[in-house]
Amino acid sequence: MSAARIVFIGGLLSYRALFNWLNPWIFIPTLVLLPIFQILLFAFMGRQANLESDQFFVIGNAVQSASTPCLWGMTSAIAGERSSRTLGLLLASPAPRVATFVGRAIPVIANAWIVSLISFAVGAWLLRVDLPPSRWPAIAVLVLVGSVSCTGLALVLAAISLRVRDTATLANSMYGVLLIFCGVNVPLAALPGWMPAVSAWLPLTRTIEATREVAAGASLGHVGGLVLHELALTSGYLLLGICILRYFEASSRAKATLEVV
Amino acid sequence: MNRVVRAARLVGVVWYLQLRMFAVSAFEALMQLIWPMIFATSAFLIFRVNGDRELLIFAGLGASAMGIWSAMATAASNLLQEERWSGTLELLVAAPAPLALVLAPVALAMATMGLLSMVVTLLWARFAFGISIPVADISGFLVSILVTIAAMAMLGFLLSVSVIRYRTSWALGNALEFPGWLLGGFFVPLAILPDWVKPLSYVFAPTWGLAGMRDAAAGRSPWLQCAICVALGVAYGVIGLLLSKRLLTSARRNATLSLT
Repeated sequence: MSAARIVFIGGLLSYRALFNWLNPWIFIPTLVLLPIFQILLFAFMGRQANLESDQFFVIGNAVQSASTPCLWGMTSAIAGERSSRTLGLLLASPAPRVATFVGRAIPVIANAWIVSLISFAVGAWLLRVDLPPSRWPAIAVLVLVGSVSCTGLALVLAAISLRVRDTATLANSMYGVLLIFCGVNVPLAALPGWMPAVSAWLPLTRTIEATREVAAGASLGHVGGLVLHELALTSGYLLLGICILRYFEASSRAKATLEVV
Repeated sequence: MNRVVRAARLVGVVWYLQLRMFAVSAFEALMQLIWPMIFATSAFLIFRVNGDRELLIFAGLGASAMGIWSAMATAASNLLQEERWSGTLELLVAAPAPLALVLAPVALAMATMGLLSMVVTLLWARFAFGISIPVADISGFLVSILVTIAAMAMLGFLLSVSVIRYRTSWALGNALEFPGWLLGGFFVPLAILPDWVKPLSYVFAPTWGLAGMRDAAAGRSPWLQCAICVALGVAYGVIGLLLSKRLLTSARRNATLSLT
């Protein structure tokens, strides 16, 4: 029961306190306008390069837009505590680490899902991408999978944030890696030979592929393999994140570097 | 004459100090160099698929200049807010030197970082993607770059004073980055943009600076585009100057300058 309270109530409270992008003056430009402009930019590039349809770019960029709230939300969970001088108190508390950080991940996932769906809907509307209403529920499920998957990677970054102080650099760099490698704007088959090998180990790659298939008419069951693969990778990232978290926590305690900013 | 020398010294010192500040911040270095390269890489990957060399050169030139706008949009929007958080905004406003003479060289330093990003992106295009950009008129090309940087610095100055009351202006700056790349024709020609967007492109100085760079690279005359770019830069500077006076007077009167 205590762990459930930490997960749900603690997670929600910490997210409201630490993810200051929830302020509408930040949320709208950064998490609504920016992804929509990104979709437009790449869709026009695609038209100019005569590469793929507008739908291809709407799907790639809308799904990838989940990475912004995920990467920044999870790294804020550490960086925000550190800058508020509460990281030491948090880690000294008897609260189980897994419950603490999984709780922080749930609002991140919900936010990423909403951001991604808004980008999807507005991008499709602006570019007149015709997606039958019957496909939207499956797309919403896949976008949720993408948000969960990206949050898994973000937990690894959050854990690394215990050691690396410049979390903004970390989050921005990973955003770029996902943009370039996950087949967001270029089909995986058209990337240089070594790049798809990297893509295979990144979240979002399979979600984007599955969403494109569903948008083209495939059923959710048809892309089940891709979804399972994505969730398996997510589990791996979550496990890795928790291991890194434990290691850096112990190391920061030993070296008294936890709150060094 | 003494006043002119003092003003020139102020501009030079502020520009140099701002560059030094950029040099010690890993985040600034990332924003100025790696961030535009991420988008340049995406663009090169898109344009190389069909192997059209003309398109690659078009995108290469646009990608090289995009860092200048990136530097401006985010950093200039947040310029006064950073001073506010550092507690130095009141000192700058109260100092005998005109605020405009402090802000303009800071914006110029940001544009200078954009120039560095341009060089890095051109090298990245050349060595990672094999995109070499032939430049037929070197002097016209260099003048176009300098004019673009100066005009963007003035645009950054205007942006920084325009958002003095917007406490989270960095978010606005972030959101302006992609529209700027679209409006300026960095990756796509204006011809394929919707008609209602074009007037916005025409009053956006980088559109003309970039057109000048492309013309010079292709061996056509870039001077008309450069002249329009300069005129727009001067207009941004004058509007920024007038706006800074008005907004600062208002902020002083309402005691809102340092509110975070």
